[in-house]
Amino acid sequence: MPHPETWLCVRPEGLYCKPADFFIDPLRPVARAVITHAHSDHARPGHGAVLATPETLALMRTRMGADLGGAKGEGIAYGETLAVGEVRVRLVAAGHVLGSAQVVMDYLGSRAVVSGDYKRAADPTCAPFEPVACDVFVTEATFGLPVFTHPPAPVEIAKLLDSVRLFPERTHVVGAYALGKTQRLIALLRQAGWQAPIYLHGAHLPLCATYETLGVALGDVLPATVAARESLVGKIVLAPPSAIADRWARRLTDPVTCLASGWMRVRQRAKAGGIELPLIVSDHADWPELLQTLDDVGAPEIWVTHGNEEALIHAATARGFRGRALRLVGYDDAGEEAA
Amino acid sequence: MIAFASLIERLTLTPGRLAKLALMQNFFATEVDPDRGWALAALTGELSFDAAKPAMIRALAEERTDATLFRWSYDFVGDLAETVSLIWSAETVSDTPPSLAEVVAMLREVPKSEVPALLAGWLDSSGADVRYALLKLITGALRAGVSARLAKTALAGFAAGNGLAIAPDDIEEVWHGLTPPYTPLFDWLTGRGPRPDPADAPVFRPPMLAHPLEAADLASLRPEDYAAEWKWDGIRVQLVAGPGGRRIFSRGADDISGSFPDIMEKLDFHAVLDGELLVARDGIVAPFAELQQRLNRKAPSAKMQADYPASVRLYDILFDGTEDLRALDFAARRARLEAWFAQNRPARMDLSPLVPFDAISELVSLRANAREAGIEGLMLKRLDSTYVPGRPRGKWWKWKRDPLTLDCVLMYAQRGHGKRSSFYSDYTFGVWRDDDDLVPVGKAYSGYTDEELLRLDSWIRNHTVARFGPVREVERGLVLEVAFDAAQRSTRHKSGVALRFPRIARLRWDKPAAEADRLETVMRLVQ
Repeated sequence: MPHPETWLCVRPEGLYCKPADFFIDPLRPVARAVITHAHSDHARPGHGAVLATPETLALMRTRMGADLGGAKGEGIAYGETLAVGEVRVRLVAAGHVLGSAQVVMDYLGSRAVVSGDYKRAADPTCAPFEPVACDVFVTEATFGLPVFTHPPAPVEIAKLLDSVRLFPERTHVVGAYALGKTQRLIALLRQAGWQAPIYLHGAHLPLCATYETLGVALGDVLPATVAARESLVGKIVLAPPSAIADRWARRLTDPVTCLASGWMRVRQRAKAGGIELPLIVSDHADWPELLQTLDDVGAPEIWVTHGNEEALIHAATARGFRGRALRLVGYDDAGEEAA
Repeated sequence: MIAFASLIERLTLTPGRLAKLALMQNFFATEVDPDRGWALAALTGELSFDAAKPAMIRALAEERTDATLFRWSYDFVGDLAETVSLIWSAETVSDTPPSLAEVVAMLREVPKSEVPALLAGWLDSSGADVRYALLKLITGALRAGVSARLAKTALAGFAAGNGLAIAPDDIEEVWHGLTPPYTPLFDWLTGRGPRPDPADAPVFRPPMLAHPLEAADLASLRPEDYAAEWKWDGIRVQLVAGPGGRRIFSRGADDISGSFPDIMEKLDFHAVLDGELLVARDGIVAPFAELQQRLNRKAPSAKMQADYPASVRLYDILFDGTEDLRALDFAARRARLEAWFAQNRPARMDLSPLVPFDAISELVSLRANAREAGIEGLMLKRLDSTYVPGRPRGKWWKWKRDPLTLDCVLMYAQRGHGKRSSFYSDYTFGVWRDDDDLVPVGKAYSGYTDEELLRLDSWIRNHTVARFGPVREVERGLVLEVAFDAAQRSTRHKSGVALRFPRIARLRWDKPAAEADRLETVMRLVQ
């Protein structure tokens, strides 16, 4: 049985599966790519052929155009198995955003799982993470320090709604990454009983429409246009993190600047960013979830792609796992604020 | 503690005054006694502990966490209390967190050796926000970004919500006679009890303030209605002394007694006096920078007191003994002040002399020629004005001498806060040095109109040469005419000089940057 390190390796383009001749989430254009999810640092344009879940392909088309940035797309649903050369490939839900998948690869009796980005907390907009037993588990470590414990998302949503009640004459603007975070916040607000229209920055509208098409109901969402100033008072507006404290936000009345991100756990991050109401809502696993996942998957060997790999490997080693840092550079181009 | 912890977090992050008031009022309305009173004490700086040292907290956390992971986490977070609050194993959260009252009572009760175990128990039963507030509170490092005055304004708003007309000044007058957790105060503010009687406690009386005199106001003044005094360049203080105790209060009701033991020992009388705190030698007032050496020092050394001798120049009397003089007009109070002074002759104090004049034109030239250190301009006080707290219109005028100005070059711009968070509204400017390089001399945040701010903001965005986080360095192409009150020597600035109260007077779009002022010009203005 060949050890995965003999057939899965890091090349300048990214993580490469030799016997199947494809890259996973390549950082540079390649002939054949498997894409775990549609965030721009994982799904880049310019590949020859792309294998991903149908949801990820749909979101990629919204982002980069119907031609998928020049690639030929092939959709494969969760749980379906595809033979690529001598490798059997399966995509399994990762719980990160709609369509996000772990890549499960079986080759001559050995199995590696590349989890992409993932979380374990409940998310009404995507299928939950499913642990798959394997020989090597490739994980992220975005929040790989024990200071990161994300509170339950409904608690943070309640914090936002309390503030809306306390400041009815102001507009609450929430910085949220356009893909995944935004739709999750909308769905959580709906679950918490907020039925009023939710207003969106222009960058958020097309992805929300795609989510709706893919069966995720978001309720009444409207563009936060300049003309709507008065109608935005007492309402919730979602916008990219880069827009909430810049010129775009001048259309809002005395805004309460909020940011939904796992980094908001650290006060100084909120203070430095001028965030009045930090909301600790993340699409990534927090520290306890990372450790829990190592136990659930039970792989004797852990490879860490990006994030705080030293700390996670340190903790994994203490729990009896073998840890290895892949040092893949380029997976947080979308900015820390997206996490 | 839960509501208190989230109040602290929001106050820390909220820039707006009205929003801070709303947060505090909501807290007072939804929390109960005595917890809200202890919280009020924490907000106003009346409650602080030194029950735990940082080393103890660190040891407590390291008992439960891998040392390497703790070190990496502390490196990442940068604040010890916050690191511990975040890293504290959350699995054990079971009970409800302690109430603020419980924390206060227990910390006073248990011996120091038992504090670590007590604290660990509290941390176990609290979420991260409460752990943070708790750790900050017991290490005496809790900061909420709220002034005592703002807290009192929120209390007045809370009373208004209960249908009671109680002004912040009304609260001020009883405040220093009260102690945490202020239950009689909350009884009063909720209509359940009478106004707390400060009796002869040394309480602060809200001061009467002056309006700035504009050129347009000048024509309407009749000289026979006014007395004139010099406007001294120190800080306004209220001296309160009597059988109930002695206090020196700042204009903002802060008790600054501890910083001025040299004054405190001379308060052996029974009166409430209004005056200017100065550093002076043989009656000659030193520049403000010397007084600054004495401010914010909890216990000044004997050498400090000798090097920067403090004194008070008196200009009003509010109480003589127990007699409230505030209903008398200025002329009558002045006569009482002079008589009181002649009788008591307190050391380290003198009277601020009246400046005689017959015509307003005389004042104009007096003000124009007032350039000596220690004088900021003139005060005009209506002879018939009673002593009214706040800033009543047309009673007292402050008439500062014309500011100095310099033409400086914009060097860096930084985004503002709150409503200005999308604007580059804070400007660092400099003047030319001998080697034809610019050297920063100050930073200004005010003085421009909204339209000018828009234009500045877009100029800055279009002329950025480098970015450092929220700061942009810009091309050396825009001249700002900067007004300021004085130039002082400074070792903290590269230029060796600091401007007092700089603000933007004009935007000189027309002026080439090379023609801006030079450092030697600034140095000639140093006091």
